[in-house]
Amino acid sequence: MNIPEDLKFTKTHEWVKIEGNKATVGITDFAQHEITDVVHVELPEISKGVIKAQPAAVIESVKSAFDIYSPVTGKISAVNEEVLGSPELINQDPYGKGFLFTVEFTETENNELTALLSAEDYKKLI
Amino acid sequence: MEKLLNELSSQSGFAYDIKCDVEADFSIPENLKRKSDLGLPGIAENDLLRHFTNLSRKNYALSTVFYPLGSCTMKYNPLINERIAKYDAFNSIHPCQPAETMQGILEIMHGLEKDLCEISGMDNFSLQPAAGAHGEFTGLLIIAAHFRSIKQKRTKIIVPDSAHGTNPASAAFAGFEIVPLKSEPDGSIDVSKLKEVLTNEVAAIMLTVPNTLGVFESKMREIAKAVHENGSLLYYDGANLNALMGFARPGDLGFDVMHINLHKTFSTPHGGGGPGSGPVGVKSFLERFLPVPRVEKKNKKYVLNYKKTKSIGAVKSFFGNFPVILRAYAYIKALGGNGLKNASAQAVLNANYMLAKFKDKINVPAGTRCMHEFVLSPKAALGGGVRTLDVAKRLLDYGYYAPTVYFPLIVEEAVMIEPTETESKETLDKFIETLNKIILEESVNEPQKVKDAPSNTPVTRLNEVEAARNPILKWKNR
Repeated sequence: MNIPEDLKFTKTHEWVKIEGNKATVGITDFAQHEITDVVHVELPEISKGVIKAQPAAVIESVKSAFDIYSPVTGKISAVNEEVLGSPELINQDPYGKGFLFTVEFTETENNELTALLSAEDYKKLI
Repeated sequence: MEKLLNELSSQSGFAYDIKCDVEADFSIPENLKRKSDLGLPGIAENDLLRHFTNLSRKNYALSTVFYPLGSCTMKYNPLINERIAKYDAFNSIHPCQPAETMQGILEIMHGLEKDLCEISGMDNFSLQPAAGAHGEFTGLLIIAAHFRSIKQKRTKIIVPDSAHGTNPASAAFAGFEIVPLKSEPDGSIDVSKLKEVLTNEVAAIMLTVPNTLGVFESKMREIAKAVHENGSLLYYDGANLNALMGFARPGDLGFDVMHINLHKTFSTPHGGGGPGSGPVGVKSFLERFLPVPRVEKKNKKYVLNYKKTKSIGAVKSFFGNFPVILRAYAYIKALGGNGLKNASAQAVLNANYMLAKFKDKINVPAGTRCMHEFVLSPKAALGGGVRTLDVAKRLLDYGYYAPTVYFPLIVEEAVMIEPTETESKETLDKFIETLNKIILEESVNEPQKVKDAPSNTPVTRLNEVEAARNPILKWKNR
């Protein structure tokens, strides 16, 4: 199972890449394997406010539909429109071309990042 | 696979043709009249007869196979009720007739409402909603109307994560915000976790009892007390009523609003889109919000009362799906109180018998006793990379309808089995043997065979991913 060391993780199987005050979010390799082939994705609108641990996007596979939770409070600054047309990217490249959205957060919201899991912690969880 | 009519069309012209000998003048301008052939298929009568007969023989139904579809209560529906539903006496009535000319129909509706009250412990019912989810929606509109009338702003509905997907969908559709509640491994509710989310914004909690893992909510009274003390209401999803009839009544357990799936519990063939029927029951303090018209008895006559100013209004044209209402009435009258109680007892016994046969070999996350259905998690028992979906497909090869899979979401690789009361021990034994064989033997010894299944059905493994990503929704001439 691929769990990149440089990323942070949530208990709900999202990965987070922190760069400055921006957090890029996707689902983990474990998650894409569990939900099987993704067939449909709903992404938030740019500049929409999101709240930590609240649903921000929806991924649908042949199994079921799953809410994707924002790992941090902030505002959506970018979304990956490519996965709307090619949802299989989430299965093929969950940490790269299959990312979902980027959240821009402020200094005060920064504290929430400490609650995220390290690669090692996430490995233990699954 | 059977060809479509267009593909069967005779090239030689050896086909039955209907000649239209009526010269109609609809005053259609010449330039708008069709010049070309209509392109309807022309098929020899014998070929057409064979086409439809062959299609009918491919029917996969309760009358041909065992149908252990968890949560759907695919039990035998007495054929006599089909005959009753087709009686001219019922079918020749028009819903716009004056009420005094259809007293019989109104008597049946009034009688069924009373029977459902007796079975459920509720005070009043509306038979209008067309199915379970429609019943949920209606019930939630009633809850919203109630809080509007007492001028309380309550915008949230608590839904456990073990619930049917229709619960949060109905609540959202009715304008509420959903508060998900994490359930315990057996699908039950932890009262302290419930209290954490029970704020003064909560209008109601939606519960399925027994829950979707087939476990009775043992802390029901505590839950009801906590919810009512908070000024919130309890909604009962009647999906699993087949486990309780004659033993426990939602009304006595503290529920304020509920729906019943007549098509599941009370004798209507279903699966394939209906029609269903999802009557909504309420405690008396909510009666005034029920949909109109209400069937009432006045001076020994049945009347339709539309004058209920607090009603949420009609939710379905006329009186609901009447033939389903009729079947339910006939079923309840034929079985009687003891018969209904026996049906639930046998449904629970059948499920426990099956569970006992699986529990030592396959993981059962909710424990070794159940109500009318149970959930297996065969992940650890499966070999060769085989998953639950493959097992379900392989069951088709053995002539079974596959159980519900991947639901409830809180169980990994879930297989949800509901045998119902109408299956014999012999049928259950054969199914148990087959499922054990697929999971414990075939997945280990011949995993590819299971992954490629089904192989002896009219079509083999369908490409579900491609069908979802690029659906072809209409026939194309190839």
